[in-house]
Order: sequence, then structure tokens, then C-alpha cells
Amino acid sequence: MALIDWLDSLGSRLYRAFIEGDRWKLYLQGLGTTLEMTVVALIFGVLLGLVVAVVRTAHDQQRQGRSNPLLGFFNVLCNLYTTVIRGTPMMVQLLIWSFVIFKTSRNKVLVGIIGLGINSGAYVAEIIRGGLMSVDAGQSEAGRSLGLGYFDTMRFIVIPQAFKNILPSLGNEFITLFKDTSLVQAIGAAELTYYAFTIGGRTFDYMPPLIGIALMYLVVVIVFTWLQGKLERRLRQSDRR
Amino acid sequence: MIDVKNLTKSFGDHRVLSGINQHISPGEKVVIIGPSGSGKSTFLRCLNLLETPTGGTITFQGQEITGSKVEIDKVRQQMGMVFQHFNLFPNMTIRRNITLAPVRTGLMQQAEANEAAVTLLKRVGLEEKADAYPNQLSGGQKQRVAIVRALAMRPKVMLFDEPTSALDPEMVGEVLEVMKDLAHEGMTMVVVTHEMGFAREVGSRVIFMDEGIIVEENTPEALFSQPKSERLQSFLAKVL
Repeated sequence: MALIDWLDSLGSRLYRAFIEGDRWKLYLQGLGTTLEMTVVALIFGVLLGLVVAVVRTAHDQQRQGRSNPLLGFFNVLCNLYTTVIRGTPMMVQLLIWSFVIFKTSRNKVLVGIIGLGINSGAYVAEIIRGGLMSVDAGQSEAGRSLGLGYFDTMRFIVIPQAFKNILPSLGNEFITLFKDTSLVQAIGAAELTYYAFTIGGRTFDYMPPLIGIALMYLVVVIVFTWLQGKLERRLRQSDRR
Repeated sequence: MIDVKNLTKSFGDHRVLSGINQHISPGEKVVIIGPSGSGKSTFLRCLNLLETPTGGTITFQGQEITGSKVEIDKVRQQMGMVFQHFNLFPNMTIRRNITLAPVRTGLMQQAEANEAAVTLLKRVGLEEKADAYPNQLSGGQKQRVAIVRALAMRPKVMLFDEPTSALDPEMVGEVLEVMKDLAHEGMTMVVVTHEMGFAREVGSRVIFMDEGIIVEENTPEALFSQPKSERLQSFLAKVL
């Protein structure tokens, strides 16, 4: 009987959580912000990660006895960055960004993007570094032997080949980042989890909005995984040209 | 053209080259032979500083390239290198493989480089492959393209690091043919190889290396018919 009562009330609970006062628009808005934060943070993270990865590989590949002190300095900086970011919880980092460093900023979405992007950069750097090292050393030797400089060799020869190896891990990083945006709720950025929480508070009923957004996250991840698989299959086909 | 003085190279505690002295004149075809592990590839790779020498000096066209102020990219632009495993760039067409370096280093404009690529590809009979990707080519074709790619930079000297060792036997001939043509045109060449026939036919001087030193060097006729050292005699007995 309890089950029937429960099912009976479900309709109105769902109505209150999603329909009443056009609340579904809030979820869409929140999902939009979440996706926007993910994409911008990932772009930011990839750029940052690329710089860190190139500095670290350049430092490791220097010819013996010719180490560049400037490069050494940046290498130490990059090491410090990856160590600190990978060694502290994402949540703590976000709280520090919001309540210590940018405590006067009202644009919490932007603060969230900065926090997520800088966090992601440390992981992406390791992904890219692995990708760069996976390219046969003969490739960069061939580039350098033709008289191309280090950066041209990287840009035209090594990075494009590394890209294919990096892509699967980068896709996973996108998924992780997408889900981690829900943490930004804690600093008050109006993304999907934030709206679900607010609506739950207003209707005194947390179950429908929280289960609802869980499904939304899940659907986006499933769609993205499917797209990623398609792209990888296409890239692999070009190998057999 | 290239002057090597007392060149040494160690990997950690392992000494690969122990005091090499060499002078290579313009137009010479120097062929380096020797058992594997004798340091011949390392010596060749030191010439364009793909390996950094541990000691000694290398002078190329009057410039000491082992010095610290050298613009190594500029030096390498004048030294072509062909690798055992071809090392074509699989992410580019053959045309772009050939034109990338001349264009990026400012030697040529793209249009000019494209023309040069076609001319060079014709020379090795591969002009119809300009838009193909390296994976679509056979080993022999890849190596011919790799030679062309190095030539597109108009180098003063060509370094060959066992260019036929990774090829199927039936493809060795086509690559050696291209190298012979190049030799006849007067290119300065330094070739590390196991092809004794090539050494005999094309070499103006043959160097026999073993255990990181030059054991013996001579004209191919003299070296192959009257080997002086015992090590060369036993090496030749095995390979000929």
C-alpha cells in the first residue's frame, strides 16, 4: 500500500520539481552553464597542460652539458604546479580560489572555471607528456636533422602524431571535468547541481531534482562516450590508409 | 669539409668512440664498415650532433660545430641524413614530407618547394606518389623518398646510417641505385653500411671501425684485397 501511495504522490512531486513555475528552464540553464564551464575549463586546461608538457619534455630532452638555466627554472615551476594541484583535493582548491584568492569576485562561474581549468591542466600535462613520449624518437631526429628547430619539430611532426594517442585520455578528462563541475556548487556558481539543490530546498523535496540531474549527467556522459568512440574509430581508419 | 679531431663518446660508463680522427674532403664518398657495436653509427650521428660528443672537436666548413655558440639548426640544414628506419612523417603526404623543411627554414617558398619536390621525385621515379602517405609506400620507396627529403634542403654533405639494413632484399637495389646516382653527381657522402659491393663500387675511401676506433682505412681496392690488420681480415672473411 505504501508503494501505491508513493507512486500516487510521485506525479505531483515531479510536477513541482520540474514543471511548476517553468522550473525545467532552470535545469536547462544550469546544464548549459555546466557544459560551458566544462568546455572552457578543458580548453584552458589543455592549453596550460600543453605548455607544461612541452616545457617538461624540452627540459628532459636537452643535450647533455647544455642545459638552459631558464628552462630549468620553468621546469621547477611546472613540477611545483603539478605536484601541488595533484596533491590537494579539488574541493579544497575551489574553496581557496573562491574564499581566499578571489573573495571579492561575484562571478563565481568564472572563478569555478579558473579553478577547474587550473586543476585540469595538471592532469592534462601528464596526459600530453605521455603522448609526446609515445612518438618514436626517430621522428624528432628526422625533423631536427633537416634543420628544423625544436618548436617546429614539435608543432608539425611530434604533436600531430601524439594527438591520436592523447585523444582517448583527453576524452576521459572531459568526462571527469564535466562531473567535477558539480563541486562548484559549493562556491555558489549557478550550475546544474546548484539549481537542483535550490529547487529541492524550495519545494522541501530533494529526491526528484537530484535523481533528475543524476540522469542528465549520465545521459550527457553516455552521448559523449559514444561520440568519442566514433571519432577514435575514424582516426584509426586513417592509419590503414 | 669535415674535420674530426680526437672525437670521443661515452654513454654513461660505456665508451663507444675512443679518439676518432678524420678528414673528409668535398666530393669524397667515405664508406664506414665494421661489426655491429663498433661505433660506426654513433660516429655518423656525432657528425650532425644527433649525439653530443663527450670529447674532441668537429669542424664543418671551417666552423667548429662542437663549440657552444653554434646555431645547430643552421649547420644541420647543410647536412642531409638518411636513417635506417626511414623516419618519414606518417602524418603528412610525401609532398609535404619533402617541402616542410625547405619552407619552414626559409630556404624556399611553398610553390618553389613543390616544384623542387616534383623534380626530385621524378629523379627517383616516384612522381606519382606525391600525394600519397608514407604508409602506402613500400620500404624501398620510403627510403627513396627519405633521400629526396634530405636532398630538398640542398645539403653540402649526405650522411647515410645503414640505409638498406631495414629493407627486404629485393628492395636494396633500388635504393643503392639512387645513392650511386648521387655519388656520380659529386655529392659528398658518408655512408655506414653492410653492403660491401656498394663500398667497393662507390667508395672513394673505406673505413673499418671496431671497438670505437678506426682500425684501418684505405681505397676500397686496397682495403678489400690486402687487409692489413687481423681484425679486418677476420671481419672480411665473415661478410664476403
